[in-house]
Parts: sequence; C-alpha cells; structure tokens
Amino acid sequence: MTPSVVATLLRLITGARAQWIGCEPHPRPRIYFANHTSNLDGPTIWSVLPAELRRLARPVAARDYWNGGRIRRYMATKIFNSILIERKQPTRTDNPIDDMLRGLGDTGSLILFPEGTRGPGPDPTEFKSGLFHIAKKRPDLELIPVLLDNMNRVLPKGELLPVPLICSVSFGNPLLLIEGEPRDAFLTRARQAVIDLRSAVIAPNSPRLEPRHEA
Amino acid sequence: MKLDAEMLWLTGGVIVLLLVGSVTGWWLARRPLAEAGRKTVDNLNARMKAWWVMTAVFALAILTGGVGSIVLFAFSSFLALREFLTLTPTRLGDHRSLFWVFFVITPLQYLLLYYEWYGLFSIMIPVYGFLILPIRTAVVGDTERFLERAAKIQWGLMICVYSLSHAPAILTMLKIPNFTGENGKLLYYFVLVCELNDVLQYVFGKLFGKHLISPKVSPNKTWEGLIGGISATVAIGAALCWATPFTPLQSAGLSLAICLMGFGGGLVMSAIKRDRGVKDWGASIAGHGGVLDRIDSLCFSAPVFFHLTRYYFSE
Repeated sequence: MTPSVVATLLRLITGARAQWIGCEPHPRPRIYFANHTSNLDGPTIWSVLPAELRRLARPVAARDYWNGGRIRRYMATKIFNSILIERKQPTRTDNPIDDMLRGLGDTGSLILFPEGTRGPGPDPTEFKSGLFHIAKKRPDLELIPVLLDNMNRVLPKGELLPVPLICSVSFGNPLLLIEGEPRDAFLTRARQAVIDLRSAVIAPNSPRLEPRHEA
Repeated sequence: MKLDAEMLWLTGGVIVLLLVGSVTGWWLARRPLAEAGRKTVDNLNARMKAWWVMTAVFALAILTGGVGSIVLFAFSSFLALREFLTLTPTRLGDHRSLFWVFFVITPLQYLLLYYEWYGLFSIMIPVYGFLILPIRTAVVGDTERFLERAAKIQWGLMICVYSLSHAPAILTMLKIPNFTGENGKLLYYFVLVCELNDVLQYVFGKLFGKHLISPKVSPNKTWEGLIGGISATVAIGAALCWATPFTPLQSAGLSLAICLMGFGGGLVMSAIKRDRGVKDWGASIAGHGGVLDRIDSLCFSAPVFFHLTRYYFSE
C-alpha cells in the first residue's frame, strides 16, 4: 500500500472532491483547519490534495486514538505521515504546540482540527487555542479554512462502519492573524470562516431544508 | 456471449451514430456562436465524449457475457443509490440501515441475478427489505420524521437497485423459445432504444422545442421533443426487430413502452431534483451530470420492458 493508492481508495469511499473556492492549490506552507465530525476527516482532506501537496501536508491527530492498534499506527505514521499529539495530559516537555511546530519544519503544512475533538453536528463547536499559538509563532503560514460536508453521515461518531455517501471538501480564503488581535476574537473569526464556506458552497451537495444527519 | 453478425451490426450502427454526433459537434464548435449557443455546443461535445466511453464500457460488459453485465449494472446501482441518498436527508439513526442497503441488499440483489433465483430476486427488496429496514431503524429509537426517512430510503432502493436490476435480468431470467443464448442482443436493444429516446427527445427539443410540458419540473422537456423523439425512436425500434424475437409491430409496441416509461422516469427524477434544489444528481459524468441523471429513464423502463417480454414471450 502506497500513499497514493490509499488516497485513491479514500476518495472512492468518500466520493470526496476538492473545491478550491477561496484559494488555489499551492505548495507554500499552510495550515488547513477544518470542522471535525469523523475519524476519517484528516485522511479525507489529505486524500483530496494534489499529490505534490499531499506529501507536504501532515494531519494532526490524537495519539491515544491512532496509537491504539498496529494497523492504525502504521497508517498514521507510514501513510498519512501524521503528527500524533498528546491531548489528554500535555506536560511542559510533551505539549501539542511544540510537536506541531517541530513536525511542520520549514516547508511542511498542517491539517488541523481546532475543535480538538469530534463534534456532533455539521457546524463546528468552539475552537481551542492551538491554531492561534501556531499562527503567532509562524506568521509565514497561510491559514486556510476548510469545510468538510457530509463526513458526519459517512462515519458518524461512535460508528465503526462507513456508509459511502458523497462528501465535499471546500477550501476558503486565507485568513490573516491581525497584529495584536486577541486570542478569542481570532478563534471566533476562524471558526466563522469555516461556517461561512457553507453558503459559498451553495446548495448543490447540501440540502439544508430539513434536519440532516444530526445526532 | 455469442458474437454473431447481428451483434456486430448493432455495435457498428451505434459507432456510426456516435461518429455522426461527434462530427456534428465538431462542426458546430467551429462556427461563430452566441454565448448561449456556445454553452449548448460545449455541453454537446462533452456529452459525446462521455457517450463514447459509456458505449465502450457497455459493449465490453455485454461481450464478457452475463457476469460482466451484472457487475456493470451492480456498480451503476451502487453509484446511483449513493447519489440519491447523498441528496436525501437522513439522520444518525439511519446509519446502520444505510450500511445494510449499500453493502448487503444491493450486492445480494445482483447475486440473485447471477444464480438465476427469480423468486427471491423479485421479492427481496419489495418484501424483505421493505419490512426489515424500518425495523432496524426503529430499534435505534430515533422517531423524528421516522416514516419519511424509512420511505425515502426504500424509494431510493426500489428505483436505483430493484428497478435497474431488471435490465441485466433480461440476460439471465428470460427464457425465450428459439432465442436461447441470444439474450445479450435483447439487452443491447433495450438499452439502445431507451438511450436513443433520451438523445432524440433532447435533439428534437433543441431543434423544434417550443411548448413546455411541465415548466416547473423541467425547463428542457417540450411537447415537440417528446413527440418527435418518441416517433423517431419507435421507428428505429421497429427497424431493429431483426436483433430481437419480436415482429416489427411487436418491436414498435415495446419501444413505445420503453419510451413512455423512460420519459416518465426523467420527469419524476427531475421533480425530485427540483424539490432538493439541485440541477444534477452529481458530477461524475462530464456533460451529463451524475450517474443517476444518465440512467433515470433506464430505471423506469427496465422493469416494464422485462415484465412485458416475460409475460408475452418467455416460456
């Protein structure tokens, strides 16, 4: 199994296609930050990136989940090239921000879910501060909001087996951290940028008239 | 499948049609055109390219015999159902039922075709699926819009899997006297008539269309397109009777049934799309939209053609 084979398989299961709405695919260092509803979210964003960008992009994932079993660990480290972080008990020497900064290197990109855990519905819950800290330490990074649609129907939280519905991955306008902007204001703005992509994606793949696959 | 002279004639005829379409598209594209006309011509050329690919895939499936056709239609069912359910709101409580729909019921329906178990093939989805799927959902306990969700899942299954599976059933489940081993031509005939009807209604509609049949449902379906398309298709259908066990008149009658059901299928599926606020079911076939956009007419005409032929011609 090579990464490109895995990416093709993933795209087949999720039917996912990238929609570049606010930016173009480009190898410059970026943080792709997205809403989080399914364990397949990170691999899905990774799989829709063009191969050249896929090699640079590292999904940030929970160590406790992806270390839980040989196959998962193999996929996380050898295929997705994930940065596994400790989210339960970070210490001074073992904290997620340092891991992510180290994992980024000079040329890498991150795929990040700032909610920290999977939410129940299509809209993201409050963002945690990690995105803010990295943006502050690495002002050269482009911050790209990403909206995953329908993932919560493909593999909802608590389910083991996926259902092959069609998903979409939309990439929005790059966000800038404004000089002196307070943490919470920035995080609210970032979260809103993800939510706003929904209206940019317009109706096609997301009928919103009725309650959808919500918990 | 036996590759006899008649099969070669059918294939050759289709290739000639495709050539005519492609050359026309190429010629139209070279002429100066207004914005709207340019769009139509670009779409026409995208459609023609996709037609070449679809024809090649279908011809290969037919040539490999029963198995190839069953696999092709099973895969089409899977893709169509996926498009249908993507646009159908479901809830977390439906997840397990949906898993069954995709990975158990759909493959099983086509497996029954392969084993030629007609009895179970014809009742598995309308009886067992219909009764057991809502039970599975009820066990989960989410009651919100329960009947609506159960009904929509069953409906998608009936159209995309049950109905469509009657097309390859022509191969394995019709035993027509003096036509043994030649059912591949009958399937070819059925698909050809159904798709020609779509194409000719489109062509007549573009050339002469004025009076809309149902403006709210479809901005493209006109009386001129319907009447012109069906007349031409029925004439071609009658002329193709040499590839079938039918007389010219019988062939014309069955073609008419295929055309009317196909037209109705397009109309019904358009009504659902309009209700969901979308133009196409998907974007997987360039120029055509999704898989379901291409096969909606097949889904509606396959069971009717199958049962008419079975009732009047099969042993």
